[in-house]
Amino acid sequence: MPVDVAAVVIANHPLSADYNVLALSAPAIAEAAAPGQFVMIKAGRGHDPLLRRPFSVFEVLRDERGTPTGISLLNKRIGTSTGLVYDASPGQRVDCLGPLGRPFSVIEPPSEAWMVAGGVGLAPFAALAESLRRRRVQSVLFYGARSGSELFYLETFRGLGVELVLTTDDGSLGERGRVVAPLERRLAKRPAGEPLMIYACGPEGMLAATAKTAARYGRSCQVSVERIMGCGLGGCYSCVVPMRNEDGRPHHVRSCLAGPVLAADQIVWD
Amino acid sequence: MSLDLSVQIGSLTLKNPLIAASGCFGYGVEYAETVDLASLGGIAVKGLFLAEREGHPPPRIVETPAGMLNAIGLQGIGVHRFVADKLPELRARGATVIVNVCGTTIDEYVEVARVLSDHEGVGAIELNISCPNIKEGGITFGCSLTGTFDVVSAVRRVTRLPVIPKLTPNVTDVASFAHAAEDAGADAVSLVNTFLAMVIDVETRRPKISNVVGGLSGPAIRPIAVRMVYECRQVVKIPILGMGGIAVARDALEFMIAGASAVQVGTANFVDPFIWSKLLAGIREYMERHRLTRIRDLVGTLDTAHTLSEKSDA
Repeated sequence: MPVDVAAVVIANHPLSADYNVLALSAPAIAEAAAPGQFVMIKAGRGHDPLLRRPFSVFEVLRDERGTPTGISLLNKRIGTSTGLVYDASPGQRVDCLGPLGRPFSVIEPPSEAWMVAGGVGLAPFAALAESLRRRRVQSVLFYGARSGSELFYLETFRGLGVELVLTTDDGSLGERGRVVAPLERRLAKRPAGEPLMIYACGPEGMLAATAKTAARYGRSCQVSVERIMGCGLGGCYSCVVPMRNEDGRPHHVRSCLAGPVLAADQIVWD
Repeated sequence: MSLDLSVQIGSLTLKNPLIAASGCFGYGVEYAETVDLASLGGIAVKGLFLAEREGHPPPRIVETPAGMLNAIGLQGIGVHRFVADKLPELRARGATVIVNVCGTTIDEYVEVARVLSDHEGVGAIELNISCPNIKEGGITFGCSLTGTFDVVSAVRRVTRLPVIPKLTPNVTDVASFAHAAEDAGADAVSLVNTFLAMVIDVETRRPKISNVVGGLSGPAIRPIAVRMVYECRQVVKIPILGMGGIAVARDALEFMIAGASAVQVGTANFVDPFIWSKLLAGIREYMERHRLTRIRDLVGTLDTAHTLSEKSDA
């Protein structure tokens, strides 16, 4: 059951002129949240901006005894609401409703986990990487951005035992080009008998390419989609994704309830 | 002080005047974990045609100053799946159910109303003759006085449930439509649906929602909606279900003073799904402060002989 808390901002870590990580005190949400779930954030008071914005749970924060105390959000400043999240000050309160939506489904060894992130699509993966490490699942993060200065939290992922495969549009860090290219090469090399789950989050084109590549190699793929959401609870029907029905026809599915994590092979990619 | 919050809409008694507005609360069951559905005066479920509909492609909403535009396109599961899959849970949870009925023809409205009338657990029918986002049916009836009269009287003939046409504000004189609905035998009217509006991305020169135009809701429209409720109150005797931008208890009280017997809350539920208990507490606090034992005694009590000084609306 989701809760709505006026969460105190514990810290705001700017990562660049556009990106930041906001740490919120929210023990009840932190305890209940599973990797891939999201929260609805209202960073401002009053009616403008009016609606909340969805954010993936980036990390579950814990005290020294391991008790969940809060969550962090990876934010990219795009509009008014994300600007308020970028500018939030420690001590300020932010309305935080969650945890919401369906999380990533977990896997066990010997299956490997390959995460594919583009830009702010890194948002659900720190929590997932932590959960994978607890299960001793071998994991790889394929992570692409425009340039090396927009590849964040690399040491955190290395510290969680995640192998990093980096790409940038400008070649300033890792391989130059799209993140799906090294994913595909690696898929081609992996013997069919060795199990694998692909998790992806990022721009729509990257998700579609990842889904098609995964399907070509017969691999399961879960994608975390980002849609304009009015409520996060199934009330408004704005966040729909076209998915195939049992009879194969496309059908609009609410990503807040059925997702945000969806089976890539059931989405109608156009 | 013992407070009576109940209101009467035709033969339907609501335990309080707060109704979840259609299109803003799914089929109600989506909120069963967050809200005690029985604590609401009523739940107006998402609009239903006879058959399922997929609605418009996304993007379907865009935020505006103190408001939002939507063009969902009445995606829905159809009346048959509603009565089979959703109504039993709503009944079990003690919800007072108002079903928003859509149609592309008068026959379809009549048929959906007939199906609903055959099932226990439906408290009233709200006739959607005002959705601005679909081309066929709906608003074409709501923008014509004879269309409004014809739909309401046709549905009136086939059901004993209270019939509540939901009116569009996208007309010159909404009160004349309330009057036509009353003449046709409506038990109440609900108003307002959303205002037809548009948002453009100036960089790309594209509309921000796929349907190009959509319906504006939220606090931005509240003063216009209050005025329209007030105008209708002058013309009809049947109860009015007022809505448009209600976000706090004072907004709900404003609609009731203007003439609404009950109110509907939509967009604000998106922002705060726990709003219902806060609204009820605010209404109770007001009643105690004003020594009002029955909320229905507040309805239409606007004092036009005096205007408030700047300081008095504290």
